[in-house]
Amino acid sequence: MTLRDYAIRCGFIILLVGLIAYFAIAADGFASPQSAVFIFQSVAITGVLALGVTATLVVGGFDLSIGSVATSAMMAASYAMVVLEQNAIVAVIACLVIGVIVGLINGWLIVYMRVPDLLATLGMMFLLLGLQRIPTEGRSIATGMTMPDGSVANGKFSETFLALGRHRIDFFIPNLIPVSVVVLVVLALLIWFFLEYTRFGRMMYAVGSNERAAELAGAPVKAYKIWAYVISGVFASIGGILLAARLGRGDIASGNNLLLDAVAAALIGYAVLGAAKPNAFGTAVGAVFVGVLLQGLTMMNAPYYTQDFVKGAVLVVALVFTFALSGRGKR
Amino acid sequence: MGPDAVFHVEGLRKSFGQNEVLGGISLDLYAGEVTVLMGANGAGKSTLVKIISGVYARGAGTMRLAGKAFDPQTPAEAIRAGVVTVHQNINDGVVADLDVATNLTLDRLSGKGASMLFKPANVRAEAKAVADRMGLAIDLKARVSDLSLADRQMVAIARAMAHQPKVLILDEPTSSLSSAEADRLFSLIDRLRGHGVAILYISHRMSDIRRLADRIMSMRDGVVSGVFDQKPLDYEGAVNAMLGRKIRLDRVVARSSARAVFTAEGLRIAHGAKPIAMTLGAGEVVAITGLVGVGKTALAETLFGVRKPLAGTMHMDGKPYAPDSARAAIAAGVFLVAKDRAESGIVGGFNIERNISLPFLRRMSSLGVMKKRAERLAARRQIDELGIVCRSEKDELSALSGGNQQKVMVARWMSQASRLFILDEPFQGVDISARRDIAAKLRASADGRATLIFVTEIDEALETADRILVMSEHTIVGEHRNADIDLDRLLAEVAGGPLHSAA
Repeated sequence: MTLRDYAIRCGFIILLVGLIAYFAIAADGFASPQSAVFIFQSVAITGVLALGVTATLVVGGFDLSIGSVATSAMMAASYAMVVLEQNAIVAVIACLVIGVIVGLINGWLIVYMRVPDLLATLGMMFLLLGLQRIPTEGRSIATGMTMPDGSVANGKFSETFLALGRHRIDFFIPNLIPVSVVVLVVLALLIWFFLEYTRFGRMMYAVGSNERAAELAGAPVKAYKIWAYVISGVFASIGGILLAARLGRGDIASGNNLLLDAVAAALIGYAVLGAAKPNAFGTAVGAVFVGVLLQGLTMMNAPYYTQDFVKGAVLVVALVFTFALSGRGKR
Repeated sequence: MGPDAVFHVEGLRKSFGQNEVLGGISLDLYAGEVTVLMGANGAGKSTLVKIISGVYARGAGTMRLAGKAFDPQTPAEAIRAGVVTVHQNINDGVVADLDVATNLTLDRLSGKGASMLFKPANVRAEAKAVADRMGLAIDLKARVSDLSLADRQMVAIARAMAHQPKVLILDEPTSSLSSAEADRLFSLIDRLRGHGVAILYISHRMSDIRRLADRIMSMRDGVVSGVFDQKPLDYEGAVNAMLGRKIRLDRVVARSSARAVFTAEGLRIAHGAKPIAMTLGAGEVVAITGLVGVGKTALAETLFGVRKPLAGTMHMDGKPYAPDSARAAIAAGVFLVAKDRAESGIVGGFNIERNISLPFLRRMSSLGVMKKRAERLAARRQIDELGIVCRSEKDELSALSGGNQQKVMVARWMSQASRLFILDEPFQGVDISARRDIAAKLRASADGRATLIFVTEIDEALETADRILVMSEHTIVGEHRNADIDLDRLLAEVAGGPLHSAA
């Protein structure tokens, strides 16, 4: 293995370890369990979204609607509990149904209406950004709010639901691990196993690499593509549930960064271990990488507006790792 | 060698990592001569061409063009210096989304002296001039993406001609041309030869080589294994130098089959075409031959369920067979090795083992979870049986030569038992030894299933099949048992002459 191969394979992992070591020395309190948990908590929602978008990247697609699916799910959960006075289970089911429906529509647009993936999901993004504001005429949803018809919404977020975002599980130290982090880890393991070890995941990679070959090998290519968007939609709606549970209200202004952060994590994932393809492990590492970087910078008192710049720079470097150094498509 | 060579290459070397692909190649091209370069897949022909055309940097050696050092850093520099290459991959030579006229004049849109403005009228006029010189009968306003593969190839070649090159390199230019189109190309090559262009012609087709060659150079394992320029040319010697062993023309012992596996009645695959009736028996290998564009691929796709017949019925083992997808066909035991492996066969991101298991993931998994051991064993068995040259079953396909890539495609569909095994142009871009390996394997494993191959080359049919069917105008016009064949009648049927209506 040459130095170059080594750099391509392990570059990002080494960078991540180095980054952690640096912050541990430079920033007081960075190297503590609480800090680690905080990093995981901050990446939990974008991480879930990133894992979903990874599924669409695997089949050679892309999903720009994930951010707006998440915020739509958040608004729907809030509406179900605050306005319709339903319980947590109804709210969660409503969110998941939204995810499935949006995924199906995205898939249908792309597979049957032949709309290019970026454009179809971009359209869906705008559609959802508008749609989620219609029921409340643009207001955020919170207990005691006044509805458009003058009535007052008296429902409130159920405790069970809020626990999804706020409850912490004891792990050696009491109240250490938030539920959202558990959800992230479970979903990451699930999608990783699905993509790497099942025949469905294998075929999804085949579809992404050579659609015609996959079709001639007997794969229902259209179904696989649609399923990828459904997975993406469902994961995004789970992200929305976690968001609603953390905020405890349907905040119209939240979730602006979700799309870009999630896409960045998934694309950084290309570079991890020199995979040069979308993969669940890489996506998870990518999400943690962004989280570590932001948490470290915050603890070192870097101004908030430098964060986007740093994220963008990391993404560009990761893409260079993937496409230039690994030498794919060029000798 | 001769000082009067227009193009002179000395001691050219190239390695990819540990792997030395060219081990000191020397080559001379003379004005007004066609030098044919022969070599099995993996001999290093493509690498040589890519170095000459400025795609790869060379490892060592010198190149001189008309006495001056020739050292192209990019393909554009090579073209400007007067060395023009028409690559094997047709789509590299054309821009699919533009019309024919723009494609023909594409190179004048950039470079020195190009006008800032794009003048459609000028472009059309220039394109017409180029097309007329070539005898190109294609609508100049047609989009290239709407053209057939053969027409695209003609456009790519015409575009190269527009440079008026000193040295023209043609990398397997006839591999997707019909014989009429190939004849057009040959007469053009004759004309260029008359004008003093030095031509390097790479081909596997003996008929092309006999028609064109002034000199033959054979390559084997990255070195020149023979140069033949004494008239009459020693074709057999050139083939032997390329293969490094004495080839013998295997006579096929034609078998006949008593038990029908597949039957088709009244099958119509194109409007206005006569219906097709055929029966394929267990244990026999049947070849369907015919020119490019007579509907061979359409028939293959119809049998495999990815194209619907206009009329007619099919039966497998006596039961009605009407597949509506590749999936249904595979379930019924009908497998297809599709034409054009790069486009419709190889999954680029997958290694050998994953490419082989692709259609049979369900059989190689339990509860959806892949059984990696079973997958690996199946791949190893196939690598062994077909003699695929690779380091291990984990090799990427891009690391393999064309012949070995094709073996992987065949291995994919031989890894499970089939009832009807269809191969569409399985020998395209495959060297002679790989072709023999594949053909021998097909015949050796033919028991119990019906095997159907679609080939344009009659030689390939004669080498492989027990029975040969001839296609013309989307129907079957002739049938021959591969023993004491009446070649004249077969050729007449292929050509679709007067015998066609009688057949």
